[in-house]
Amino acid sequence: MTPNKAEPIAEDPARNAAFEARIAAGESIEPKDWMPERYRKQLVRMMSQHAHSEVVGMLPEGNWITRAPSLRRKMSLLAKVQDEAGHGLYIYCGTETLGVDRHELIQQLLNGTAKYSSIFNYPTLTWADIGAIGWLVDGAAIVNQTMLAKASYGPYARAMVRICKEENFHKRQGFEIMATLAAGTSEQHRMAQDALDRWWWPSLMMFGPHDSQSSNSDELMRWGVKRKSNDELRQRFINLTVGQAKAIGLTIPDSQLSYDEQTQNWNIGPIDWDEFWRVVRGNGPCNRERLAARRKAHEDGEWVRVAAASYAAKQAQGDSTSEAA
Amino acid sequence: MPNDGTTKVTTTDRTSAPGDGQWPLWEVFVQPPGGGPHEHAGSVHAVDAEAALQNARDVYARRGEAVSIWVVPSVEITASTPDDMGPFFDPGNDKPYRHPQFYKVPRGIRM
Repeated sequence: MTPNKAEPIAEDPARNAAFEARIAAGESIEPKDWMPERYRKQLVRMMSQHAHSEVVGMLPEGNWITRAPSLRRKMSLLAKVQDEAGHGLYIYCGTETLGVDRHELIQQLLNGTAKYSSIFNYPTLTWADIGAIGWLVDGAAIVNQTMLAKASYGPYARAMVRICKEENFHKRQGFEIMATLAAGTSEQHRMAQDALDRWWWPSLMMFGPHDSQSSNSDELMRWGVKRKSNDELRQRFINLTVGQAKAIGLTIPDSQLSYDEQTQNWNIGPIDWDEFWRVVRGNGPCNRERLAARRKAHEDGEWVRVAAASYAAKQAQGDSTSEAA
Repeated sequence: MPNDGTTKVTTTDRTSAPGDGQWPLWEVFVQPPGGGPHEHAGSVHAVDAEAALQNARDVYARRGEAVSIWVVPSVEITASTPDDMGPFFDPGNDKPYRHPQFYKVPRGIRM
């Protein structure tokens, strides 16, 4: 295509209006449909970050596969980590429908220019952390993804439907681990409480900054990519989780936690946003370690990619030889 | 299709240029147990059809969701475009007599 520098970048207002009308009517936007460039860009940003999060999310848990306390727990954890890989692939596949190259996205993750959920930059210090991740991190992800299953972009919404179906198992296996530890010896109970203490606040931060501070929210909500705000989703998660913690005898680490009869919400104390931004900007406890592990896994897999390509080439050659004969 | 900055990307030609370090893209269709039709599940990258089937199984059938999987090179799919949506589907849009509700049944009779 010959670049035409005189062509204005500005988009056709009539097309824009038609697009907005489709969004307002609740129609699903599909890959071949016209869309404003900004909508496409926002989706690529959001979906690729989401896909990267699934992939990096394998690392803190993978850390405990060889040390799971029983075969049952080990099988569950292996299956969960494999699901996370699958979830990353569902979303990469959805992102590709927007005309981006998956190879490029993966390079951005490996060279550190792409973002992923900050929650995975926290360490998994004990086995109870695996319980806390399933219960809280996957629990928070489900709240977010259930909302995204109604996103205006069809391929993203469909990937979310698939993911939500699978992630309920993740949450339950995590909660089972926590409940078992909480009902165990006093040392096990302490371990479960310690994991809750460390994962509670970072889990709440997963929903992103307060609505008043969230630069992308308004636009994403106007376009029906997001249907609920960060604070609404966070509140929903809190309301769901407080009772679950009580039921297994654990204490939410927030001295200001109180129930508001009128709104029927659990109100929390202030979130440490300095910590949030510190981790987002790359200075969390494990940011460098996670990327290094991801790069190593990619490099260690190089021989598999080379072997597969070489096998395919030989097969293709064999086919053409036999056809000739 | 790479966006060269001069065109708005409105369509997705799901191809990958040779030599860009990326394996071909395959669309995956999965048939659930119980006799339903094959349905599009997503896509995978793979060197060849055999590997595409294996990848598709690992990505889209980890929980007994499938009794059969098809993989099709994405470049081989021909699809209708949103631009011809109106005229292309028009022949089916103005024929209410193709629906049972078009026909009147005397009161009190259950069909």
